[in-house]
Amino acid sequence: MKKTSLVLAVATTLLSTAGAFAQWAPERPVEFVVASGAGGGTDNFARTIQSIIAQHDLMDQSVVVLNKGAGSGAEAFIYAKANAGDPHKLIFGTNNVYLLPHVAKMAYTSDDLVPVAALALDEFLIWVKGDAPYADAGQFIEAAKADPGSIAFGGSQSKDTDETLVALIEQKTGAEFKYVPFNGGGEVGVQLAGGHIAANVNNPNENLGQWQAGAIKPLCVFSDQRMAESEPVHGDMGWHDIPTCTESGIDISAYQMPRTVWLPAGVTDEQLAFYVDMMEKVSQTPEWQEYVANTSQTGRFLAGEELASFIDNSETSTVEVFKAEGWTAQ
Amino acid sequence: MENIGLLMQGFQVAITPMHITIMVVGVLLGLVVGVLPGLGAPNGVSLLIPLTFTMDPVSAIILLASMYWGALFGGSTTSILFNIPGEPSSVATTFDGYPMAQNGQSTRALTLAFMSAGFGALVGVVVITLLSTWAADFALRFGAPEYFSVYFLAFCAFIGMGSSAPLKTIISLLIGLALSTVGMDTITGSLRLTFGLNELMGGVSFLVVVIGLFGLGEILMTVQDGLHFRGVASRIDLRDVFRTIAELPRYWATLLRSSAIGTWMGITPGGPTAASFMSYGVARQWSRPGETFGKGRPEGIVAPETADHSAGTCAMLPMLALGVPSSATAAVMMGGLMIWGLTPGPMLFATKPDFVWGLIASMYVANIVAVVLVMATVPMFAALLRIPFAVIGPVIVAICFVGAYTVSNSTFDLWLVLLFGVVGFFFSKLNYPLAPLVLAMVLGHKAENSFHQSMILSDGSLGVFWSNPLVGSIMSLALMLIIVPQLAKLVSRYRNRGTLRSAR
Repeated sequence: MKKTSLVLAVATTLLSTAGAFAQWAPERPVEFVVASGAGGGTDNFARTIQSIIAQHDLMDQSVVVLNKGAGSGAEAFIYAKANAGDPHKLIFGTNNVYLLPHVAKMAYTSDDLVPVAALALDEFLIWVKGDAPYADAGQFIEAAKADPGSIAFGGSQSKDTDETLVALIEQKTGAEFKYVPFNGGGEVGVQLAGGHIAANVNNPNENLGQWQAGAIKPLCVFSDQRMAESEPVHGDMGWHDIPTCTESGIDISAYQMPRTVWLPAGVTDEQLAFYVDMMEKVSQTPEWQEYVANTSQTGRFLAGEELASFIDNSETSTVEVFKAEGWTAQ
Repeated sequence: MENIGLLMQGFQVAITPMHITIMVVGVLLGLVVGVLPGLGAPNGVSLLIPLTFTMDPVSAIILLASMYWGALFGGSTTSILFNIPGEPSSVATTFDGYPMAQNGQSTRALTLAFMSAGFGALVGVVVITLLSTWAADFALRFGAPEYFSVYFLAFCAFIGMGSSAPLKTIISLLIGLALSTVGMDTITGSLRLTFGLNELMGGVSFLVVVIGLFGLGEILMTVQDGLHFRGVASRIDLRDVFRTIAELPRYWATLLRSSAIGTWMGITPGGPTAASFMSYGVARQWSRPGETFGKGRPEGIVAPETADHSAGTCAMLPMLALGVPSSATAAVMMGGLMIWGLTPGPMLFATKPDFVWGLIASMYVANIVAVVLVMATVPMFAALLRIPFAVIGPVIVAICFVGAYTVSNSTFDLWLVLLFGVVGFFFSKLNYPLAPLVLAMVLGHKAENSFHQSMILSDGSLGVFWSNPLVGSIMSLALMLIIVPQLAKLVSRYRNRGTLRSAR
């Protein structure tokens, strides 16, 4: 009698372990490797997800956040390459994962990482000083054409998303700007508010505080549709009242920066599936909706085929700009 | 005064049993991360951020800010006792703090450092309280040329009257500048001086270099001198603490001047590290010739500590009012603000007065809490120097390596720290000054960036540095700091010759 119960117990244990194998879950604490310094947009993205996972118990293992932002985030991606096949390292970035190797000689390629999901799209807008004489983006472009190279366009980093967008505007409209790189979006926002530069292409969140105060104003957003309805931010104008750049005559239908999550190449399909599933659950929580609304991003969950084709499109169109500007690394 | 009324409301938020407990916990945690070199305030604060997710934003920022104050205090402790700066901003404290401790006056050195730090912090908070609106507008006037002029001023203030051979100062400065260019350049986006090594992509960490040059370099010197720690017989007497406090008013000029420098550098925002160097440099220039700095002068401790803390405190203002962090720790806290759903910017003062003024009021209370706690630790820390070298030496070496590794979890940094330990040893043996190298590493890259940006904006014309009264006066002041001492030297040489002749 005793023996049978023991056998039964062993059998049930074995069965349940077999079940656990089919559904892979992390066995060790998971490292969130952030491709930016502490306090940046990517850092907030990763830490918000960390807090949601903790609040909703989406994972049994704990999370350790590591900032590896050197070389515009390349440090994090090289770290992923060095840890190929390790499913306990989740890498948080933007489109820099697949764009960096095109502009600089890097010790990794985008094949060294597998995309897990994109959770949000950060919008880009043209911002000018609050008292600038331009009523819309059309007038701003005309002013730039009238005096080529005189309008200083600030942006964060060089040959990164901001400078790429400015180059794209130049290519599409024939206007010429003077691009000045700074260290980060917050710095560029204040330089604009102080009138040291004439315009920037910051993400909504980076300029929100200055817009509330009326120090700067948005001209248009690089998206195929207007942004979501919101409370008025300054005066009676809210995010939805900003025209798209196509409406204002700049022929760039969409330029958005995805907030992406990656794993090192070489992980198994079950391991990938676990994180895809977890990220989807994260994107459905009210806390995530709140984060997206607070930072004025567009919440959109992309994974699998959809994500692969998004990355493909974004990579091809950006590399065209790089080629036209002569930035591609040999 | 409208601000005073708001501040009183802030005190109602800040002075609750819960918030006082949070301050004590924060300050103690900060002391721990501050004392351990390499760990530092930015890392400490980012480790705490997950804990704050469930807290109310005011309590959360009070916790993070208190930790920052604690770390600023803790960083000076190891600078003074072991010549290892716990924080980048306490490097300048080693110049006179360490020699004073070696003379057997560790209690005095620590007390001087903590009391002047507390004074600096209080001046900083008062300035924030009175000038919050005006200071934010002032900071907005700083574009690339203005930033460059501030960095240039810091260089000139520090180098203007170097005591070492000018050629050696220049060599040390140039090595520092070269080190600061390693890694990815913001303006051009290209990698420089990395020699294909991925580890160098992020640049050479300033803290690793400093731990090597100062900490390991000093240990090597001691070993060569015959394995005994100089000044072991330090007397610990609680009365020393009070005697030193009574001595403090004598340095009123240094205290006031350094707080002014610190406040200004905190708001503009040049940052606490630049402020402490500049303040030390200015204190040295203003002292009568013949008074030797670098051998344990009290002013050499008071000046950098006061400026460091008033700058650290004032750095909160540009963070809240403009969304520009002027120190690494402020950057992390700003990330926290965004996670809690607050947008830093000019409107934060109008939309969330409870939060802003609660924080400002907590800065008064937390700094007093910090001074009390830290003074209680003085005898304990001072006693560390009584431990024989055979025990403490290996411990310091271990702390140096652990600290260097913690900076970015990279084993490559362990080799760097060893290399710079050897460099530091030879620099001291050959009488090369270390300070210019350190200063160039801290400010070199920032100065280069803002110079490059100015040149893009002005299409390559140097006239941009005299294009408005603000930048023009800072640049002229900087040039004067370099030229006037040289002129004074020439004049006095000429006069000496004259008196010699007349004596004949």
